[in-house]
Amino acid sequence: MEQKIRVLVAKPGLDGHDRGAKVVARAFRDAGMEVIYTGLRQTPEQIVNAALQEDVDVVAMSILSGAHNHLFPRVMELLREKNMDDVLVIGGGVIPDEDIPGLKAAGIAEIFTPGTATGTTIEFIKNNLKRKA
Amino acid sequence: MNEIETIQQANTAYEAGVQKAAARFPERKKMFTTGSNAPVNTLYTPLDTKDINYVEKIGFPGEYPYTRGVQNTMYRGRLWTMRQYAGFSTAEESNKRYKFLLDQGTTGLSVAFDLPTQIGYDSDHALSQGEVGKVGVAIDSLADMEILFDGIPLDKVSTSMTINAPASVLLAMYIAVAEKQGVKPEQLNGTIQNDILKEYVARGTYIFPPEPSMRLITDIFAYCSKDVPNWNTISISGYHIREAGSTASQEVAFTLADGIAYVDAAIKAGLSVDDFAPRLSFFFNSHNDLFEEVAKFRAARRVWASIMKNRFKASNPKSLMLRFHTQTGGSTLTAQQPDNNIVRVAIQTLAAVLGGTQSLHTNSKDEALALPTEASVRIALRTQQIVAYESGATETIDPLAGSYYVESMTDRIEKEALEYIARIDSMGGAVKAIERGYVQQEIQDAAYSYQMDIESGERVVVGMNKFQIKEAPPTGLLKVDPIVGEQQSQKLRELRAKRDNAAVKNSLVTLEKAAQGNDNLMPLILDAVRCYATLGEICDILRGIFGEYQQKVIL
Repeated sequence: MEQKIRVLVAKPGLDGHDRGAKVVARAFRDAGMEVIYTGLRQTPEQIVNAALQEDVDVVAMSILSGAHNHLFPRVMELLREKNMDDVLVIGGGVIPDEDIPGLKAAGIAEIFTPGTATGTTIEFIKNNLKRKA
Repeated sequence: MNEIETIQQANTAYEAGVQKAAARFPERKKMFTTGSNAPVNTLYTPLDTKDINYVEKIGFPGEYPYTRGVQNTMYRGRLWTMRQYAGFSTAEESNKRYKFLLDQGTTGLSVAFDLPTQIGYDSDHALSQGEVGKVGVAIDSLADMEILFDGIPLDKVSTSMTINAPASVLLAMYIAVAEKQGVKPEQLNGTIQNDILKEYVARGTYIFPPEPSMRLITDIFAYCSKDVPNWNTISISGYHIREAGSTASQEVAFTLADGIAYVDAAIKAGLSVDDFAPRLSFFFNSHNDLFEEVAKFRAARRVWASIMKNRFKASNPKSLMLRFHTQTGGSTLTAQQPDNNIVRVAIQTLAAVLGGTQSLHTNSKDEALALPTEASVRIALRTQQIVAYESGATETIDPLAGSYYVESMTDRIEKEALEYIARIDSMGGAVKAIERGYVQQEIQDAAYSYQMDIESGERVVVGMNKFQIKEAPPTGLLKVDPIVGEQQSQKLRELRAKRDNAAVKNSLVTLEKAAQGNDNLMPLILDAVRCYATLGEICDILRGIFGEYQQKVIL
């Protein structure tokens, strides 16, 4: 049997807007992935620890508070420290276009902004996995 | 044959005609639905409203059951308060924005706090990193609050503050700023959101578990009923429930179920219903389905009036009136072709006004992208002013009453809300239903099915899943300077060096002792803020005694 793709859906920072994260998590699950959702208010340390413990292939972070430039790169830093370079990391939320190049340079593979269909994100994950699921 | 029979006969003939026409030219869709996915008939006639008793169910404005509005003259007497939610960066920056808004004709202030403030952390706390000043203004102590309202006479404006878990602390700061301006607490007008239950299900800025949170809330009810009598002590909010994806009926049901829980808690704390109920206020959303939204506001008023009268035996008419603030629907805005959002907001504004709102915030066109600029806030405010002064919607009261469609939909929403409330009652009330995750699950299911309808194209969002164009990235968005975090930390260092630290410590020790007992905490929190104890210090004391809420994670 084919191994399921394991995804950690995470809410970094103090932001309480989790409608998007939950809808995306459910869409991933309906697409046959194994989904772990962290709940609100996760520090970068907590997210990376969860990713390690759950042995996920993908970390998908959602943030609408504007703290992405601080929190996303911090998660990437910690993943590298733990030699988890083979985890695909994506982000979504209210993120201005001008911030996207910087986030990609920090190692976030793609940023999905408002209006993205869940199918687009699912396709992206399937096509860009770094590990063999 | 009486009139109804005549209409019935004509209606049967009409329906046969519809069948025939549809056989040749099929209708656009198999199923027609409202914005909340409720079925909509081809036509509404007197047959749909024939069982409604006018006097009992619709009645007159300013009279039970208040379906047509809470005041006798509504907007012919006074327009709604035009209140734009604003706040970002530092107290200095936000103070400038408030003065701009007042200058442009807003009639009330509405303060947005940043996330650290809403969750009771000082700006220099580790968890505040990256968040300071982002979604609202950073307030650490009375010193920031003094700057925030500098030059704004607190006896002249009414101020709404979107603050929940630490509402007591921010209200205390507001009272203390007023004192410094020579304004007495009894002269203050305004609202604190102070609605913790919807934080657990939809908004996420909780701190403490439900029980001590309810105690903080009822302490505020008791304190204000004596000392700040014109203050709205809570704004029971459906707004965020709807933003989280609920339907219109769920918005009414879950909000009023929360309302019941607050009234129950206050009565249990020894207050008598008519002492605090007149100061309860509500906060609803306004989405794009004009008629359903109007019906929702009318149904909410009718259901609440009956709950207060029949369940709680309130006798002061003010206890029965559901007064509410409205905000247009943030989640209906698109990042694509943002100018289209102006049109959405105009429809939503009209819905709120036709629904009889007491105050209104209109969203700005750029809010799916960033915090709004001054220019886009001005258009949002002008939208309200155009509806107020040019549309004619304000010249008579509740002009959609008697519409077969709107009246039957008002009945439908009332019925659905009552069914939900009965289910929540059977679980032991809103607190229990939230602890079980029932409310969250209902909202999430609705949110998911809405998203799937958009992705299948069944629901059209103009510019997003239909009528798309290639667009250049938006320019001129508001950006909060990341230096704000450092500036706030610097201010805190200076404050801690120059304030009377012995007095701070004393006030915190007293507060800690009281939190372990049953005394009203408001006067003690007021003492603490007066000597410049910080928000984080006060909340830390309470965290130590009350503990912290652990979210129930449900997918």
